[in-house]
Amino acid sequence: MLSRVAESLFWLGRYTERADNYARFTDVNFNLSLDLPPGMKEQWEPLIAATGDWDDFTKRHKDFTRESAINFLAFDTENPNSIINSIKQARENARVVRENLSKEMWEVLNDLYHYINTAAKKKIWRKEDPSDFFRHVKESIQLLNGLTYDTAPRTEGYYFTRLGQFLERADKTSRILDVKYHVLLPSVEDVGSPLDFLHWTALLKSVSAFNAYRRNYGTIMPSNVVEYLVLDSKFPRSILFSLSNAEECLHEISDSRGRSGFSNRIEKLIGNLRSDLEFAEVSDVINFGLHEYMDNLQQKINTLSEAIFEQYFKVKPNYVLEEQSQ
Amino acid sequence: MIFQDYENEEHFDEMFDDEGVCREHYQQFKSALDQFSKKKLQQLQETTDKAQIAMGMTFNVYHDNKGVEKILPLDILPRIISKSDWVTIENGLQQRIEALNLFLQDIYNDQKILKDKVVPKDLILSSKDYLEPCIGLTPPKGIWCHISGSDIVRDKEGTFMVLEDNLRCPSGVSYLLENREIIKRAFPRLFESIGVQPVSDYAGSLLRMLRYLSDKDQPTVAVLTPGMYNSAYFEHSYLAQQMGVQLVSGMDLIVENNKVYMQTTKGLQQVDVLYRRIDDTFMDPLTFNPKSMLGVPGIFEAYKAGNVAIANAPGTGIADDKAVYAYVPRIIKYYLDQDPIISNVPTYLCSEEKDRKYVLDNIEELVVKETNAAGGYGMLIGPKATKEEHAKFRKLVSDNPRNYIAQPTLSLSTVPTISKSGISPRHVDLRPYILYGNDIKVIPGALTRVALKKGSLVVNSSQGGGSKDTWVLYD
Repeated sequence: MLSRVAESLFWLGRYTERADNYARFTDVNFNLSLDLPPGMKEQWEPLIAATGDWDDFTKRHKDFTRESAINFLAFDTENPNSIINSIKQARENARVVRENLSKEMWEVLNDLYHYINTAAKKKIWRKEDPSDFFRHVKESIQLLNGLTYDTAPRTEGYYFTRLGQFLERADKTSRILDVKYHVLLPSVEDVGSPLDFLHWTALLKSVSAFNAYRRNYGTIMPSNVVEYLVLDSKFPRSILFSLSNAEECLHEISDSRGRSGFSNRIEKLIGNLRSDLEFAEVSDVINFGLHEYMDNLQQKINTLSEAIFEQYFKVKPNYVLEEQSQ
Repeated sequence: MIFQDYENEEHFDEMFDDEGVCREHYQQFKSALDQFSKKKLQQLQETTDKAQIAMGMTFNVYHDNKGVEKILPLDILPRIISKSDWVTIENGLQQRIEALNLFLQDIYNDQKILKDKVVPKDLILSSKDYLEPCIGLTPPKGIWCHISGSDIVRDKEGTFMVLEDNLRCPSGVSYLLENREIIKRAFPRLFESIGVQPVSDYAGSLLRMLRYLSDKDQPTVAVLTPGMYNSAYFEHSYLAQQMGVQLVSGMDLIVENNKVYMQTTKGLQQVDVLYRRIDDTFMDPLTFNPKSMLGVPGIFEAYKAGNVAIANAPGTGIADDKAVYAYVPRIIKYYLDQDPIISNVPTYLCSEEKDRKYVLDNIEELVVKETNAAGGYGMLIGPKATKEEHAKFRKLVSDNPRNYIAQPTLSLSTVPTISKSGISPRHVDLRPYILYGNDIKVIPGALTRVALKKGSLVVNSSQGGGSKDTWVLYD
């Protein structure tokens, strides 16, 4: 497969997953705000902080209002990670490799792109209840994922898309957990209060984990939530699950599936990271500091991404400088 | 009676004759359409527009900063061509392409036609499309123009005439194919009963033709695109997908030891045949334009060494220079000793003094075209232009006569087309596509381009034209 095509498919996976996650946590925060006790202000700052774009936000907005936050996360064309930009990028990547996608996949993505542009023109963020918008974004991406699962041949291209998707998901789940670190409770006594409980519930809901978590643990306990979203090997949006799947994709790509160990530097890096999580206890995470642990993970995922670029996407520049060609 | 208000003024209409009687090959279509209400047709038209956007059938418009992507509006009423008319077109184009291919081989090798003074030597050698690096070359299987699309119009009497030969990567065939898919769905029953020749084998024929250019059993074929910001990117991607081959851009390719390779996740893979959609001079910065970032350094040497076939062959552009066009009837006579089956539109060469004087004196009546521009750019339509524009083109022609030709303003034929008021006549041209491999094949269908504005004669997509599905009947 062409290196350029592989790279586009990888980013197609990353950007759609990013848009999906942004839609998820924006929507959940919006819903959370509806449940807050009277007098409590809804908190949008933690969400912005967790995305890593706090600096960018404060450059252009004075206050962390619902309107400005939803605008920034979903529709701001100057925010490179907003939903509108992620879908635009996903579509551009799909457009350059369109011959590698099924017709249906392209049409769903193309449709979503036009939908978001229309929503932006209608200034959806000013609406009292913008949740229809977020639901549509999520559903379109789920449809796209389903189509990929059901129509894409299991060749290199498929695994590059899934690789991008799982790396992005690992990163985003770590950031969703980080939201909790940034959320301010009114006082120390509120730890373990109904309000605290509400926050943890919202967090689980944002990754569609609420029901699965309850079946596993019953009651909401912060350490259990962390364990479930970081270390669970069965839940498809946990960090361990995402990284294990990304690792499998890498082995498919290098034709080394089923073999133990690694066949290149990327596989060594991800194997290391995965086994760290596999053998970790939730107390290790909490004692290290949840925020610090997540930060560390995000950095390792970045290193992985760079290694993937070096190994698979980098092409030799074939153009010659003008001076040399004369 | 949906056609009762249809007025076909003084032009040749494809559906109704001068007395307003429906032509025979349109009759079945007419009785079917008479069952439709105006509203129903408008609805079908709207559904079609939406389908095109959903399919992402978009092209990029240069010189337009607002919307980068546009659709080529597809009018739902097809243009129908009778079997007998089609046979004329088919034979005429086969003859023309065969002669032009012989012409290309000759001017880059023996130059007999120049020595015999049938075509002026200066005209060829002064053209910037005559590529010196190609002198002495014979492309694989002796074929230069593998893919071409000639523009054909009909005059007042309904006679077919070639308006332009497009021998350098003509675009539009993806619209021909996608239009058919959409229109088939719009008129399913009618389509079935009327007997329309299929076009769906185009991608298969194209791939067979490209493979034929290599001596390998299983050659690797790829489509070379300038990239997604090119106006025809949709088509490049579409054709690669339909043929099941890689779509590559210059940066994906690298030349080593005079062989062309794609850079893949598993290392280098050799390419044997390239269907390139990049202009000649952008293909190789080492041989041609050193500033080109779109091409592949060293590819021309690889081509010369016979390690890669390129379609269309570099250097082909000279044969669709609009000044050379004027000589095509003579070129046909010279190489094939036949009279042209489809004639040319009368053409004045501004490089010739007598013609130039006529053009300068009558510019208000004429269409003036740049000899090597395409897409409706660099063109003057005398009767529709302002005095300032006339003056500007007089100066352009006097300063650089070799770069201009002129033709009388044509009365293009009209076809019933959906308009605000119902169905109205709109001017059309016809672009059939010809593949030259182991034989010369004309695809039984064409892109009919239609000027959607009332009275307008400009059908180019970049200038507000639309398209129609073209039905070639079995009999």
